[in-house]
Amino acid sequence: MPKDSGIGASPKRREDLRFLTGTGNYTDDINVNGQAYVHFLRSDVAHGRINGLDTAAAAAMPGVIRIFTGADFEGVGGLPCGWQVTDRHGQPMQEPAHPVLAQGKVRHVGDPIAAVVAETAEQARDAAEAIDVDLEELPAVIDMKAAIEEGATKVHDDLTSNLCYDWGFVEENREAVDKAFADAAHVTTLELVNNRLVANPMEPRVAVGDYNRATDDSTLYTTSQNPHVIRLLMGAFVLGIPEHKLRVVAPDVGGGFGSKIFHYAEEAFCTFAAKAINRAVKWTSSRSEAFISDAHGRDHVTKIELALDADHNFTALRTDTLANMGAYLSTFAPSVPTWLHGTLMAGNYKTPLIYVNVKAVFTNTVAVDAYRGAGRPEATFQLERVIDKAARELNVDPIELRRKNFITEFPYATPVAVEYDTGDYNATMDKLIEVADLAGFDARKAESEKNGKLRGLGVNCYIEACGIAPSNLVGQLGARAGLYESATVRVNATGGLVVMTGSHSHGQGHETSFPQVIAEMIGIDESMVEIVHGDTANAPMGMGTYGSRSLAVGGSAMVRATEKIINKAKKIAAHLLEASDADIELKDGQFSVAGTDKSVAWGDVTLAAYVPHNYPLEDIEPGLEETAFYDPANFTYPAGAYACEVEVDPDTGKVTIERFAAADDFGNIVNPMIVDGQVHGGLGQGIGQALLEGAVYDENGQLLSASFMDYAMPRADDVPFYTVDHSCQTPCTHNPLGVKGCGEAGAIGSPPAVVNAVVDALRSAGKDITHIDMPLSPSRVWAAMNQ
Amino acid sequence: MTQVSMTVNGKAASGDVENRTLLSAFLRETLGMTGTHVGCDTSQCGACVVHVNGEAVKSCTMLALEAEGAEVSTIEGQAAADGSLNAIQQAFQDHHGLQCGFCTPGMVMSASALLKENPKPTEAEIRAYLEGNLCRCTGYHNIVKAIMAASGQDVSAIAAE
Repeated sequence: MPKDSGIGASPKRREDLRFLTGTGNYTDDINVNGQAYVHFLRSDVAHGRINGLDTAAAAAMPGVIRIFTGADFEGVGGLPCGWQVTDRHGQPMQEPAHPVLAQGKVRHVGDPIAAVVAETAEQARDAAEAIDVDLEELPAVIDMKAAIEEGATKVHDDLTSNLCYDWGFVEENREAVDKAFADAAHVTTLELVNNRLVANPMEPRVAVGDYNRATDDSTLYTTSQNPHVIRLLMGAFVLGIPEHKLRVVAPDVGGGFGSKIFHYAEEAFCTFAAKAINRAVKWTSSRSEAFISDAHGRDHVTKIELALDADHNFTALRTDTLANMGAYLSTFAPSVPTWLHGTLMAGNYKTPLIYVNVKAVFTNTVAVDAYRGAGRPEATFQLERVIDKAARELNVDPIELRRKNFITEFPYATPVAVEYDTGDYNATMDKLIEVADLAGFDARKAESEKNGKLRGLGVNCYIEACGIAPSNLVGQLGARAGLYESATVRVNATGGLVVMTGSHSHGQGHETSFPQVIAEMIGIDESMVEIVHGDTANAPMGMGTYGSRSLAVGGSAMVRATEKIINKAKKIAAHLLEASDADIELKDGQFSVAGTDKSVAWGDVTLAAYVPHNYPLEDIEPGLEETAFYDPANFTYPAGAYACEVEVDPDTGKVTIERFAAADDFGNIVNPMIVDGQVHGGLGQGIGQALLEGAVYDENGQLLSASFMDYAMPRADDVPFYTVDHSCQTPCTHNPLGVKGCGEAGAIGSPPAVVNAVVDALRSAGKDITHIDMPLSPSRVWAAMNQ
Repeated sequence: MTQVSMTVNGKAASGDVENRTLLSAFLRETLGMTGTHVGCDTSQCGACVVHVNGEAVKSCTMLALEAEGAEVSTIEGQAAADGSLNAIQQAFQDHHGLQCGFCTPGMVMSASALLKENPKPTEAEIRAYLEGNLCRCTGYHNIVKAIMAASGQDVSAIAAE
């Protein structure tokens, strides 16, 4: 019987009422009295030298208030990178400057050259067209392999080359891995591309900077997944504004998927310009601007090799990856192909020896950073593709080959530095076989054949590391921030609670799910709990929402703060009941003395805390408000198994997803409805990557897929109803809720399932095909079939 | 600047606009009705769908002046006077048909137009009709399900919501 409240229930989302009635408060809905508007003049070449910049004519245009250029930002800090990777020789990565507005050179199409601030957005745009830029186009480097060849044009003149770092992991394993390959009974090799993507949350980015001269306070309203991180990065590194003079507000945010983690130039610009002109300054990105200024995702080229012994045990894994950084280092870009990718290369398997090499490369393209999954989809895709290929080469069942190599004992220390606390990969595979009805596949395939279609089945596993992460560990790995989360729980006199959390909800439904946890802990109705987030003026500190960390880390902070509340409330109750606090029990919102019928209600205790007439003032303070910071002991490790069935039209190469099933182990589940929705969304994006999406640059660095006309976003008729199951639950062992995180799983696990299925369909039709690079467009599939 | 007048959600509305002002900008900026969203600049995403004289229209593809004298209906006008949700809005909430909420106004307005012309659409008909509405959060599963439910169809057999 499903619960109707508390942990495990699926109450309707309370945030829906405002979103369904047009009364949400997104950043573009915010208008500050007297605000001006900015339009950025952006580079239309991928690489060029600014030999002259004449703004006189533009400045004389109607409504123009001021035009800013790179010269206005000399002496202002550049955009900082939040993660420093150390290369395989012990040297720090090459880290170029990243100015707010271009300083002498532009390095990708979209690089901002100048900013026009005017009375209206249209006037700013009109005037930007009147700026005369003497831009000398330089040769651009777009292809990663070409970028690291000797003598290649450099993206940054002051760096030694376009190589950001050459990372080896685990460097000490390298020789042992090579020996294992020499001794292997079978080696499977696969070269593949993890296609470059654009996150494209439906809400484009917006920034509104405001300044109060009387108090010297700056406020930035921005479309961010982590307002406190923006306050820290922009305040401390770019503009030199201390935290107490800088407020960052991220109100309702229309999706992020990683792309709204990072600190962007436009945020710093609006905050800076508001002070400079003493008026609020607003920027609203167009979708066209978003394509050339939002950080992109993925863009890896990989060679992966899997060594097996005669019994088909995996004995070693070796990978060689080129990872595109784009022209500048976005906030967390260096961590994505390294610590979020190399550490997951064991997957669900007990491969004893692993060596991962990643060369991160600068090119004249927009910066690349985390996108839903961030490193983990890249790891999963190559691993699950090479296992599928190995199964075909060895003529064994791909599911059985996986099962044979599953990790089955926990905790399990992988050879790539992480320790999985818990999991049951056979259980999720068994569940998948059931919910996907794999037993019925042959009959469905026969039916497809009758209709002239090729049907294929793709199955794969995935594991991810979520709930990032122990601060002391990530500090050793190069993170320049801590990765805890904070929560303040304020109990009001009449018993209601307000939770101020550093986690940020931009679609995840925290306003609904977080109260379920507190309601369960205290035994009160969820309607008594309110969640406040997205404003540095409220929560004490916050690292924000990404990496499926909100409930595992932010929720744990909230639990710890609530535990402090309950402990203090028990002391108050003990006083009121004239008992020892050790004897006080809390159940269903009542404090009672164990073994007696004496009790006092939650609301009476909270009232006593604020009206302390009968109160142990000598022992405890009045009031009932607690803060906790939670720093996780380990990552969490959600895992699962996915199955995709496709039909391929042999005449056109068009692929349709006929069935998709996911069996996930997310540990404990607070709100099953929201978890299902997160998986659905991840699957939509993963299927989009596999079949449709690709950010394509031409050789000159022009982004060819720079609008929704050219970049194929998944639409409703590209996807089926999904079958989603999360009944396999091995709770996380080290956070108080036993939760693992569910936000990225769908996007991580689904691309290999789709590609495995298409390869299966083609091979079963007698085509000698081992791989097709994503996106599996009809033209690519048709070409592969007819080569 | 030219004055434009229309009826928005049953109430007279007017304002001065430039000839180039889009209906979406008129609603959002002149009238302050920010429920209608703008998610692209190529008429692909559908976040800005409103009804003009009963027809679903992407308000970013129509000039405000073209709506002179028209009856315009937006997301703000869908709930009843007492605030209770209409059948489509309620189905979106019941079946978790929205996450970040940004595409939602357009989805609800498109769904409403669909059900007006096809009161019991099939799954395939719904998916085809939504080709002009992008959602990046839901993978469309619960949106399609919600629209089927709003049209009175039994969706209990459709996998988890």
